Amino acid sequence: MSLWTKHYLLEKNSIFLVIGVLIVIAIGGLVEIVPLFYLRSTIEKVDGVRPYTPLELAGRNIYVREGCYNCHSQMIRPLRDEVERYGHYSLAAESMYDRPFQWGSKRTGPDLARVGTKYTDEWHRDHLASPKSVVPGSIMPAYPWLAATELDFAHIQDDLKVQAQLGVPYTPAMIEQAIADLKTQATTDAPTADELAKRYPNAQVRDFDGDPSRITEADALIAYLQQLGAQVNFKIYDDKANIR
Amino acid sequence: MTQSNAARKSITTGEMGTAIAFAVLAFASIFIAAKAYTSEYAFHAYLFAAASAAAVFKIIDRYSSRPAEPPPLIIDGKPNYNMGPVKFSTVAAMFWGIAGFTVGLWAALELAFPVLNFDLAWISFGRLRPLHTSAVIFAFGGNVLIATSFYVVQRTCRARLAGDLAPWFVVLGYNFFILIAGTGYLLGITQSKEYAEPEWYADLWLTVVWIAYLLVFLGTLRRRTEPHIYVANWFYLAFILTIAVLHVGNNAAIPVSIFSPKSYIVWAGVQDAMVQWWYGHNAVGFFLTAGFLAIMYYFIPKRAERPVYSYRLSIIHFWSLIFLYIWAGPHHLHYTALPDWTQTLGMTFSIMLWMPSWGGMINGLMTLSGAWDKLRTDPVLRMMVVSVAFYGMATFEGPLMSIKAVNSLSHYTDWTIGHVHSGALGWVAYISFGAIYCLVPWLWNRERLYSLKLVSWHFWISTIGIVLYISSMWVSGILQGLMWRAYTNLGFLEYSFIETVEAMHPFYIIRALGGALFIAGALIMAWNLWKTVQSADLALSVASPALQPAE
Amino acid sequence: MALDPHHDRDSVTGTATTGHVWDGIRELNTPLPRWWLWIFYATIVWSIGYWVVYPSWPLVSSFTQGVFGWHSREALVRDLAELKAVRGPMMDKLAAASLPEIMSDPMLLDFARAQGRTSFGDNCAPCHGPGAAGNKGYPNLADDDWLWGGKIEDIATTVRYGIRSGDPKTRISLMPAFGRDNMLTRPQIENVADYVRSLSGLSVNAKANLSDGKAIFQQQCATCHGDDGKGKRDLGAPDLTDAIWLYGSDRAVIIEGVWGGRGGTMPAWVGRLDDTTIKALSIYVHTLGGGQ
Ligand code: HEC
Ligand code: HEC
Ligand code: HEC
Ligand code: HEM
Ligand code: HEM
Ligand SMILES: [Ca+2]
Ligand SMILES: [Ca+2]
Ligand SMILES: [Cu+2]
Repeated sequence: MSLWTKHYLLEKNSIFLVIGVLIVIAIGGLVEIVPLFYLRSTIEKVDGVRPYTPLELAGRNIYVREGCYNCHSQMIRPLRDEVERYGHYSLAAESMYDRPFQWGSKRTGPDLARVGTKYTDEWHRDHLASPKSVVPGSIMPAYPWLAATELDFAHIQDDLKVQAQLGVPYTPAMIEQAIADLKTQATTDAPTADELAKRYPNAQVRDFDGDPSRITEADALIAYLQQLGAQVNFKIYDDKANIR
Repeated sequence: MTQSNAARKSITTGEMGTAIAFAVLAFASIFIAAKAYTSEYAFHAYLFAAASAAAVFKIIDRYSSRPAEPPPLIIDGKPNYNMGPVKFSTVAAMFWGIAGFTVGLWAALELAFPVLNFDLAWISFGRLRPLHTSAVIFAFGGNVLIATSFYVVQRTCRARLAGDLAPWFVVLGYNFFILIAGTGYLLGITQSKEYAEPEWYADLWLTVVWIAYLLVFLGTLRRRTEPHIYVANWFYLAFILTIAVLHVGNNAAIPVSIFSPKSYIVWAGVQDAMVQWWYGHNAVGFFLTAGFLAIMYYFIPKRAERPVYSYRLSIIHFWSLIFLYIWAGPHHLHYTALPDWTQTLGMTFSIMLWMPSWGGMINGLMTLSGAWDKLRTDPVLRMMVVSVAFYGMATFEGPLMSIKAVNSLSHYTDWTIGHVHSGALGWVAYISFGAIYCLVPWLWNRERLYSLKLVSWHFWISTIGIVLYISSMWVSGILQGLMWRAYTNLGFLEYSFIETVEAMHPFYIIRALGGALFIAGALIMAWNLWKTVQSADLALSVASPALQPAE
Repeated sequence: MALDPHHDRDSVTGTATTGHVWDGIRELNTPLPRWWLWIFYATIVWSIGYWVVYPSWPLVSSFTQGVFGWHSREALVRDLAELKAVRGPMMDKLAAASLPEIMSDPMLLDFARAQGRTSFGDNCAPCHGPGAAGNKGYPNLADDDWLWGGKIEDIATTVRYGIRSGDPKTRISLMPAFGRDNMLTRPQIENVADYVRSLSGLSVNAKANLSDGKAIFQQQCATCHGDDGKGKRDLGAPDLTDAIWLYGSDRAVIIEGVWGGRGGTMPAWVGRLDDTTIKALSIYVHTLGGGQ
């Protein structure tokens, strides 16, 4: 019983018990989390990943709001069936500006990590308004209100500002021009498209929702979906450089 | 007795401070509501304002009607237990439980029959699912944990709950958090972190409530008249402390503005994923496991009237469980862009977690040695014992699913959902039902439950429900996993994604049926409890000695 | 009561208790179950072994790599190589063969169709429907009516570069927006729509001015749809006489098309799918029933 009575120390003193528990639960978390911030290999070196444009960011926030992550993953695993079905496996770098991350944990619907440019805007429009109208076997809910609701972007600068504080490389010019950039991106043949492209390389610029007269939530969400996985050019990406 | 005392009544610092704090919060909320960026956020700010105003009013009202002296800690040599907050939480648990199961059933039906989304934003699957998970885990489970912890800590310390307003603040504040979280999901206010969906202002509120919870619990422990702290209280304490740490770590965020419900999390991408599942896995480990093990450690020996099987096992499995659990988070991120080394740690620590988990199961089951015959006559005990068996099953399945090769199949599929619900329905809900069946007669001074037969009905109906639920999800999960990776003999993928979706349909119907049976059982329970409280002829003529009337 | 308070021993099991009581609950001082302890040790030993073999512990600037240097991203490369072995020489043949060669080799054809079927389900069916039967705005690929041509090379070109996809080599040509761009008046459009309906034998209102419609058609539409309305494949202009409709035959739908123009988009697959897959897909589509 002698060894066991040592435990009396903790059993008889609530403060010791508190300290004991705190020490014991701290270790695992520290060992697993802290190195992810200092080990260079954690995030691959790749070109092309840039912060979201204001319109894409607004779309992403709608993706979060509607809870798409409950059914869709955005994380292609390095398993052969997944890379064959969805494309190159996802890199950590591809979500380095994602707050919060949207990798998901359930695939009721297919992975969306590389859905960008796979379908047309019209298809997304139809699909979001009524998934069954294009995919008869679909069990995805319809989101008819997205195309009917004007996007509220009055405060989008605040969103960029906060992200900049957190370390996302939004420059003062990007923050300054956020609303203008948002409107530019949602306009087909916008005269200011070049400026947007300077700030956000490869941004797709056009009216996404089929209604050029308004900027709706569907504009933003489709703009977000259309850039998913389209930033890194895997033709020139060196797989071997980032084994870890 | 004490009120005749001539002592002059004066407001306590606690009362004064709390009232002022709420008054300030009420005004601040109105100010924020007026300038809110969205109407949903304004609605929440008004809720805060109304609740704060009600709190101020209630504190004043309570002050004016209370006696000058604080309630005595001891009456006639016996502790003067404070059971009011326990009663409230017990009722809340039953209410939220039925609500949460119903939302789960609706979500299940939406997957089987998507027309049930009705093209309405607020009930579309993506918003309903977090409502379900939060309602069952935090609203139902959380209230069970608060109720039982406040009960158990008092009884096993032989001391009145610490704090005067504080226990009520914990109970009401927590349920207010649930209200904000739940209405938020329906309105599209979410952070999208699983099991941590509420936005920054709800998180801040919960932090305050949780600290109060910790202080009340610790304060009661320090008042104890027993020299040793009972094992159930180790588990409660570990649960409260760890959830506090996890909550703060995982929700570290900067709001876009104090006038906006939206915030951005300070972690990004791969680090955010790791922090999220450090949190998410340990929400399972400490909320759904440690907390409910505490319930087991009190209610099973109490109900079986047998001593706990092994004190030594308690010690070893407690410390090894809480040490190892923290490491296992990466098993939610196998084969993702999380580095391989982290995944290895997550997997191996999950395997090592198997026996510490089973230590709890052994201690629960073996406590019945010498009392197995009671299982035939006492359906409440039976429910709790089956619950421990489910715990054993889920904690065997968990390590199995943590093996990378297995996880490559199970991850993203309904297998996970099956595992979750064998833990959630079998373990969490059953041990909670057992505890509530014990608590209600004790709290309301009833000699016994209204009907043990109804408990038996509840047990059997919901057990069939659980079996339908988890077996359909195992089949659909494994089927789906196999279909995703199936290759034709020429070496090409055999099924398109949509074919795998269509194959799930029958299982989604069976799952919904299982859920419906589970709810039917819960409704029987609610009726039984209602009758127990209502039937005057069940009242104990003399209040059981340990139970003084609650305030 | 099962407990003997004097000896601190449980009378049922005969085991010693710890002597503490909480609200009537006691604890036995049963030793740890042996089997439990041994399995616990075994999982620890196993884990240590696993750490030796696989990447596991973080260090200051790297992490332990494991003795075999296993990494999930390298395992994938090996896995894909294995897959290549399964698909074997057929895949190489498919990659090397020209489209006509494939069409004339039954084995290779079967193989290509098998691959095409797979890719079609995840990439094309969301638009063209399961079974390729089409949908409003998305042509049926299983019939012998083609917008851009049903020869295997035509199909391959369509799949590779898309239609109005933005790819530099895409198929292009739009139907003008006659109404919106003020080329025709509303009554003129109504007349031409009635005329178009009459081409495939659909009923038209007795009051319809078909002769005016015909005149306008010859003037404005025939360049693309042909004098007889049978369409021109090099322009992607559909046959208007065959009662097969991309958008529908309702008068209102036709009027809408002539008013606002038509021109659906089919994505280019050249960047997303590799050459062999595109070949296989084209063959699959060609053999669905309508290939020419
Ligand atoms: C109930 C689960 C569910 C929810 C919630 C859901 N989806 Fe889906 N989604 C599906 C299913 C199932 C499919 C496959 C069938 C189909 O294409 O409709 C799908 C397909 C898709 C596709 C096509 C992917 C591909 O490669 O074919 C996109 C894009 C998509 N969803 C986007 C979204 C967005 C954006 C949201 C939120 C606004 C969302 N989904 C919410 C279930 C869901
Ligand atoms: C985003 C929707 C979409 C997807 C995905 C898609 N298509 Fe198409 N496809 C279209 C549309 C729209 C047209 C008709 C364009 C037009 O209006 O002329 C078309 C036309 C075609 C045609 C020409 C038919 C003809 O009559 O000449 C072929 C062949 C074809 N698609 C094959 C494919 C194949 C093979 C795939 C998969 C690799 C595919 N499509 C994926 C939308 C799509
Ligand atoms: C510059 C070429 C061009 C001219 C001129 C033209 N069309 Fe078209 N038309 C097309 C093309 C290309 C399509 C197919 C669009 C698509 O594939 O989405 C089309 C489609 C149509 C359709 C839809 C067919 C279906 O299956 O749903 C109708 C109806 C039609 N044209 C009528 C007319 C009429 C009437 C006129 C003259 C007033 C006209 N077109 C002039 C190129 C032309
Ligand atoms: C009537 C009973 C219940 C029904 C019908 C039900 C149904 C569901 C459904 C349909 C889902 C979504 C699955 C998916 O996305 O594919 C779900 C998820 C979930 N449920 Fe339940 N549920 C019930 C009870 C419970 C209880 C009692 C708990 C916990 C105590 C619980 C915890 C969860 C959790 C944690 C998830 C998320 C799982 C994950 O993300 O992997 N459920 N439930
Ligand atoms: C030794 C104990 C356990 C281990 C090692 C374990 C392991 C796992 C694993 C590997 C997953 C799947 C992760 C994925 O592929 O996404 C999982 C999911 C889950 N488990 Fe367990 N499990 C254990 C016990 C339990 C218990 C007792 C519960 C009680 C309810 C539980 C609740 C859950 C939940 C809610 C999820 C879903 C998380 C999500 O994706 O949303 N687990 N667990
Ligand atoms: Ca999940
Ligand atoms: Ca628009
Ligand atoms: Cu876990």
